[in-house]
Amino acid sequence: MAATDASPGGTATRGTRLIGAAAFVGVAWLVAFGLGFSPADRDQRESVRILYVHVPSAWLAYLAFVVTAVASGLYLFRRRHSLAWDRLAGASAEVGVLFMGITLVSGMLWGRLTWGVFWEWDARLTTTAFLFVTYIGYLAVRRLGGSHEQRARRSAVVALLAVLEIPLVHWSVVLWRSLHQEASVIRPDGDVKMDGLMLFTLFVGIVAFTLLYVWLVIHRQRTLTAEDALDDAGLDAAIAARRAEAVTAPEAV
Amino acid sequence: MEDAGFIIGSYVITFGAIAVYAWRVLRRSRRITTRVPDEAKPWT
Repeated sequence: MAATDASPGGTATRGTRLIGAAAFVGVAWLVAFGLGFSPADRDQRESVRILYVHVPSAWLAYLAFVVTAVASGLYLFRRRHSLAWDRLAGASAEVGVLFMGITLVSGMLWGRLTWGVFWEWDARLTTTAFLFVTYIGYLAVRRLGGSHEQRARRSAVVALLAVLEIPLVHWSVVLWRSLHQEASVIRPDGDVKMDGLMLFTLFVGIVAFTLLYVWLVIHRQRTLTAEDALDDAGLDAAIAARRAEAVTAPEAV
Repeated sequence: MEDAGFIIGSYVITFGAIAVYAWRVLRRSRRITTRVPDEAKPWT
């Protein structure tokens, strides 16, 4: 990207502005279809409208955690251990935790309307909560002290272990008797159990959340790059100050 | 709309949380990038 595309202070470029504008339009469409144009469900009635934010946020949280794992693997196993992969992993995990939190809260509101309770210690809800807490732990591990390389190595190991929970969450409704409904879109038999306009609204939700995810991750990853550069500059300045002290110290004695 | 409080509330919480997070990220990026030389900003 050309230097003239970027703002003097900040992480925006022409590309991120385009993605941000598209995300804004996508969210406006989602609100219009989710709250207005899509019909009420025969069984769930109006509460189905919550699912147009609940399902995309859950899928994008899964995607975010998979991206974290892939980027972590690329950091660990490639010959050149580029910290850019580590920063992508960290940015994606942070956005994933945000989306997972949204999934839990919107799911609780949907559960109150559909099941009559905000929370039930059911297999899907419990494994999702566990996944959420695991990635909060991952973010905490990233904040432990040490060099950037130490941070990248230990958080990459945690990310590669944490991602193994995702299949458990997804298949929890099949493995255990669960209050949570089974998949309506991605089903083993390939049959989609949704009305056309409902499916379209869900598709708009997926597109809007994907654009939001990409926009947020790019900005967060660039901020992490700048934070690391600032850390390095501070460390270099401290080392230079100590060297200057060491050189001047014998003269003082 | 039945249960409008829960339904609209879920949208407000969802997009409110994303907006707050985006605002914090952008504010931090503006603060940090002004203190970093251009060589450390590969996107410029």
